[in-house]
Amino acid sequence: MSDAPLNSAIALSRTRTDRARRWRTIRPLLTVYLPVLPFVAFALFPLYFMLVTSLKSNAELYDVGSVPFWISRGMTLSHYGLLSADTPFWDWFANSLIVSLSATVISVVLGVLAAYPLARMRFPGSDSFGVAVFITYLVPPTLLFLPLTSVVNWLGLSDSLWALVVTYPTFLVPFCTWLLMGYFRTVPKEIEECAMLDGCNRFQSMFRILLPAAVPGLICAALFAFTLSWNEFLYALVFVSPAELKTMTVGVFSELIRGDIYYWGALMAGAVIGSIPIVIAYVFFLDYYVSGLTSGAIK
Amino acid sequence: MTLKTADLDLAASVADEAPLAVRRRRPRFVARDTRAAWWFIAPAFLLLAFLVAYPFVLSVWFSLSDARVGTSGSFVGLDNFERLFSSSIFLQTLQNSFVFTAAALTAKIVFGMALALLLFRITRFKRLIRGAILLPFIVPTALSTLVWWWMFEPMYSVVNWTLKTLHVVERDIPWLPDPYLAMVVVVLVNVWRGLPFFAITLLAGLVAIPRELYEAAEADGAGPVRRFWHITLPLVTPVLGVVILFSAIFTLSDFNIVYVLTKGGPLNMTHLFATYSFTLGLQGGEIGLGAAVSLFLFPILLAVVFLQLRLMRRAAIYE
Repeated sequence: MSDAPLNSAIALSRTRTDRARRWRTIRPLLTVYLPVLPFVAFALFPLYFMLVTSLKSNAELYDVGSVPFWISRGMTLSHYGLLSADTPFWDWFANSLIVSLSATVISVVLGVLAAYPLARMRFPGSDSFGVAVFITYLVPPTLLFLPLTSVVNWLGLSDSLWALVVTYPTFLVPFCTWLLMGYFRTVPKEIEECAMLDGCNRFQSMFRILLPAAVPGLICAALFAFTLSWNEFLYALVFVSPAELKTMTVGVFSELIRGDIYYWGALMAGAVIGSIPIVIAYVFFLDYYVSGLTSGAIK
Repeated sequence: MTLKTADLDLAASVADEAPLAVRRRRPRFVARDTRAAWWFIAPAFLLLAFLVAYPFVLSVWFSLSDARVGTSGSFVGLDNFERLFSSSIFLQTLQNSFVFTAAALTAKIVFGMALALLLFRITRFKRLIRGAILLPFIVPTALSTLVWWWMFEPMYSVVNWTLKTLHVVERDIPWLPDPYLAMVVVVLVNVWRGLPFFAITLLAGLVAIPRELYEAAEADGAGPVRRFWHITLPLVTPVLGVVILFSAIFTLSDFNIVYVLTKGGPLNMTHLFATYSFTLGLQGGEIGLGAAVSLFLFPILLAVVFLQLRLMRRAAIYE
């Protein structure tokens, strides 16, 4: 008998906690996930649209009446076929790959060598070299492309991929040095001091002790160097003019636009394939990209 | 009060002396390290000396000469700069650069901060959402700008299609042929590409703020808005400063987006230093004038380097 009010009180409090619990799950949906949605859409829509356009038939692409957001009249790979058959597209792909891999290897090696003394040794000029690296890190390629053109000509490298392999490290080495310096400093000095007491010299201790401990930093530097080289546009546009020697970014842009005729489907197909290597690397190494990005700005 | 400031001074002087003490501890290693250090640095040093420092000097020389393609040119003093300041296209470029950088930076700061605050509160699908947000920054700009071009193409623009279907406008908007709208599009693409950098870096700054501060403020009855103004903003300011300085340089020196979308047109209304220098120096063959234009990036670069080094030094003291 006397249970009745108690029961209703329990029921009431239960609905109250239920409501609170429901509110707790709904609230972040409304205040966090809903507002973040437009940002995600803004970031992804152009990339989605790139893919959709590259798979549409010309008839649908140039029909003002059809809905542009999806493919309604069947997918086609004809734009990709046109790229393969009528343009040196795979040459551009190979060129980009060769240049990016070479520039990355050179830059990571030089970056490791320069970052090590900056992080570990004290020597006259260390501060000014550090500042110099930092300044070159901030020098935008657009400041130097004119004089670099004459340096490249003077070296006899114009219109060859070597021009890019040699000039890309100018912005990659400062970046790698800066990034690796930060990583090296997080590895405790004491391990290396032990190794050196045991008779290792500086080079051996760097190779056997420090580098294995700094593998994440090395991966990060290599990923960023590769991405920056693959995405580079200005130097590739200026230093290399023969069509079959162009890199991906320049080839797609300059060879597929002839006068007023745009091959939009093929342009988008080229943009998709040109982005894929970077996106694959990105999917697998997302955390490295995030840490490289933030350490570049914060450290 | 006086006691407190005295304590602070004391702490500061101790902090100042600490690195010196460490530095003096092992003088004998220094001599042996110096040669090794220079060997390590030599390859990078030579590369940067020959392909960054030397071209920079060359660029200064070009800007003071009448060099054209194929000739080394002779010294003409400040003629190039005088010609630039009497050229309406250059003055337009100067104005464009300012408008472009100010508009893009403001948008990136405001939306970047908002996005960072949102990302910070996300618990589920964290990696997926961060990954999606960062994607525009990773994809090659020259290629992703092509899709923006297609999206604003006069006849088949998806933006116009949407606006017309929703009956916001009745006729096609001429985005890229219109000088003012072209600038809007160029800024928009720059914001699209640069926003992830702001958001992800600011997010790292937010994560570094100690939780206890918020708990204490909440216990004292501070609402979310006050917590943002009095805790989040002051503590994230150093990171924000660095990000702004960084982005200022790379926004101002942008080439890819403008070159792909408008080539500086219509009526030179979207020319920036880089694209105008490209047009003059490479397409027009007037290397001297082109170099002079690109050198306008240098004072701003110096200012940023100076400010950034100061910021870093202050951060190092507080660490």
